[in-house]
Amino acid sequence: MAKKKNKKIKKVSKAKEKESAREKMIGQHIGYRYDVNLLPDYKKITPFLKKYVEHMGWDDLNWLEDIHMGYEEGRPAVFDRNANGWVTIPKKIKLPNSQQDRDMIARELLIKFQMSPRHPLVDLKKAYRKS
Amino acid sequence: MANLKQTKDSKAHSMGLHKEVLKGRTQQVFFNPEEAENFFYYGAYDVDFNKRTEIDAKDLTCNKLNEKINSFMQEGYGTIVVKNPQGKHSLGVGILNKLNLIFEGSLGYFGIGCIDGPVVRITGRVGWSCAENMMAGKVLIEKNAGSCFGAAIRGGDLICKGSVGARTGIDMKGGTIIVGGDAGAFTGFMMQRGRIIILGDAGINLGDSMYDGTIFVGGKIKSLGSDAIQSKLTPQDMDWLRRKLKVAEIGSDFDVSKVTKVVAGKKLWNYDQLEPTEKKGAI
Repeated sequence: MAKKKNKKIKKVSKAKEKESAREKMIGQHIGYRYDVNLLPDYKKITPFLKKYVEHMGWDDLNWLEDIHMGYEEGRPAVFDRNANGWVTIPKKIKLPNSQQDRDMIARELLIKFQMSPRHPLVDLKKAYRKS
Repeated sequence: MANLKQTKDSKAHSMGLHKEVLKGRTQQVFFNPEEAENFFYYGAYDVDFNKRTEIDAKDLTCNKLNEKINSFMQEGYGTIVVKNPQGKHSLGVGILNKLNLIFEGSLGYFGIGCIDGPVVRITGRVGWSCAENMMAGKVLIEKNAGSCFGAAIRGGDLICKGSVGARTGIDMKGGTIIVGGDAGAFTGFMMQRGRIIILGDAGINLGDSMYDGTIFVGGKIKSLGSDAIQSKLTPQDMDWLRRKLKVAEIGSDFDVSKVTKVVAGKKLWNYDQLEPTEKKGAI
């Protein structure tokens, strides 16, 4: 992981976002809690991700373009589609303010989590995988 | 009655049903920052792109061919060339590994579905629902594709150098679909995330009922679907488009500044307070 300047986590302020009439009526924010359409800034790519992309034989971030740092229970987290759950970032990992930098960290951590022998799918594969 | 219960329990245990640790959407899982560097899923094969082999699919059923691809990956072959696919259906499905796969010919319907990782090149055409539920990797089709191209894809780059049929990218939840020619009616129907690039023209009802995501069209749009609206193209969009077209090996002389960007108007969004869990699941 690239070394980043440690700064306080900046929470998304819902008050600053524009509320639609529907949101006002139901008193709840509609939609994603981060910009799912944010395109990655390839200048921010980390050495680990470069290595991963090269290993897979791809030309760019490929499926990781859709990975962003989101929020779960008010804490930074990444959605792991393989486990169908949010994976929370431990408090000791300090995150930068820039969403692009945060997204790159989210991608890197997600790869490490998915390839880990501790990933929930490992147990499922051991139990159900065809030999 | 007691005996019956005991039998059920022991069978469930013997099948491993009680070993799973997945507890559902609300599980509180934390990253371990000291996780080792590893690029392989559990159970994936370590293949070498320089180790190449060929399969003649002429007398093989789709099951047999898919089994052969799997066994070659087990042996470490990283480049597999399939000759004579002869438009057979469901070829090359379920590959959850890095691999360089080349089909010399055309595929039938549901080709290369549910893949996670490989780079696939098809020199011919493909039938319906090519690369449906694709998770990651790159698929490049040299000629045309049928309808429901990239149905429900979640990630990766799906490229067709020719034209595609109706309902391309229906229900897509991520990834990028790139079309060198024209796209049929209802392209991007109910798309939830991801991006579609069409260098040619788009048929009627483009992006109908789309929840989110972005559609870029280089040619004419016959009509926009319900809740699909035009949006302003940003410099970041243009940089990304140039990069993606290079990856797709098409449109080297294409002027990205003339592209029309289509996004969701979000007027059809109709969540209420009873649905927050379902909303999370849609992400």
